[in-house]
Amino acid sequence: MTVPAAPPAAPLAAPPAAPLAAPPAAPLALLAELTHRCPLRCPYCSNPTALARPGEELDTATWARVFQEAAALGCLQVHLSGGEPTARRDIVALVRAASEAGLYTNLITSGVLTGEAKLQALAEAGLDHVQLSVQDAEPVSADRIGGYRGGHAKKLDFARLVHASGLPLTLNAVVHRQNLDRLPQLIELALDLGAGRLEVAHVQYYGWALANRDALLPTRAQLEAATATVEAARRALKGRLVIDYVVPDYYAKRPKSCMGGWGRQFLAVSPAGRVLPCHAAESLPGFDFPNVRQVSLQWAWEDSEAFNRFRGTGWMPLPCRGCERAELDWGGCRCQAFALTGDAASTDPACALSPHHGVLSLAVDAAIEAGTAFTYREPQKIPG
Amino acid sequence: MTLSGASVLRLGRGMRLREDKARGQWVVLGPERMFVPDEIALEVLRLVDGARPVDAMVDDLATRFAAPREEILGDVLAMLEDLAAKGVVTA
Repeated sequence: MTVPAAPPAAPLAAPPAAPLAAPPAAPLALLAELTHRCPLRCPYCSNPTALARPGEELDTATWARVFQEAAALGCLQVHLSGGEPTARRDIVALVRAASEAGLYTNLITSGVLTGEAKLQALAEAGLDHVQLSVQDAEPVSADRIGGYRGGHAKKLDFARLVHASGLPLTLNAVVHRQNLDRLPQLIELALDLGAGRLEVAHVQYYGWALANRDALLPTRAQLEAATATVEAARRALKGRLVIDYVVPDYYAKRPKSCMGGWGRQFLAVSPAGRVLPCHAAESLPGFDFPNVRQVSLQWAWEDSEAFNRFRGTGWMPLPCRGCERAELDWGGCRCQAFALTGDAASTDPACALSPHHGVLSLAVDAAIEAGTAFTYREPQKIPG
Repeated sequence: MTLSGASVLRLGRGMRLREDKARGQWVVLGPERMFVPDEIALEVLRLVDGARPVDAMVDDLATRFAAPREEILGDVLAMLEDLAAKGVVTA
């Protein structure tokens, strides 16, 4: 009787006499990447390797306009992210602006910059939900992965403040070869901290994570153990803890429906104001992504070439074209296709039907032989 | 969670029932989640207020929809148990 996170059906309307180009369905969610500044240096960061400079960031009033435009366009939720969104000195004003726009307001944070007073101010400004990242369940390893000494302890303090405040808490655990064996402890941690939800997010390999792939890719044995752990925990914790978990692409036979399809449900705005179909798309070459400093969000969503390029199925090459899954997975991830084949318009190699599918198992084999050293995310460091 | 006519429910932590004007529907928004209740679920969710027991909700529905009370009670309990398992409502 309920449909979780499904795209709503288009309202019924009489078909036009002549086939007109209908505007695309409204987006459901906005990812607002408020800044690329962050005290942590996670080697799998989803930010582009070319990080925005603080001087390029949109100001408070521009973000407030973006939130109003997003709500008017049909967005229901905003994810305030970064970098570390609370590195913005105006974060309370930004939460208030998003909440006043009528958006369900989710703060995606590392938690290390927020004490009791700021959290209280955020709650009073209308914050609906907090998503806190953890790097591991074991403090020394967690601090090493995040590249920030003492970070794990600060996160635990922050999580307790969130729970005490009455705000709902999701724990986001990005998992990979160097922490996946501690998934049972991560689940325990989520319970101890009073989280209602745990995201077990396998690293997505583009940008920084691609540069660190050899140090991060899990083994098949680890993956199978983790999947069994999640299935058992879901049964045991039903009604107490929701666990989101998706099998990583490198062991998949079919690609994920990345972002629910390019320009179908989701848009992101970068710290410098570029409107993107996904937070990683800025790294794709040959695009002129529109900027909220020059255009409305509606124009970017409906009319820009960038949003229309991979929208729908018309752009698809074989084997996607005519595939019965074309409107289920929408060809997978454009960023992964570019990262692994050099062509953003090719089928995601996560699909076993892709002629490039073999590169995934080659990468897995190479990673098993590799070491554990990281290239940390740092503004001046651009991985080759 | 096993519920009874005496159970008192409220929306789960972080769950918000909101009108979605762009799509002409109501939705329950939660952490990285969205539920689109059907007409019957929406009628039930509108009665979830943290004060009124399930029995009172069922009385209200039985009157408005002129349906047998016992039948409605069974359907509503099953629906609320499903919603509780998803975290949409909580006792």
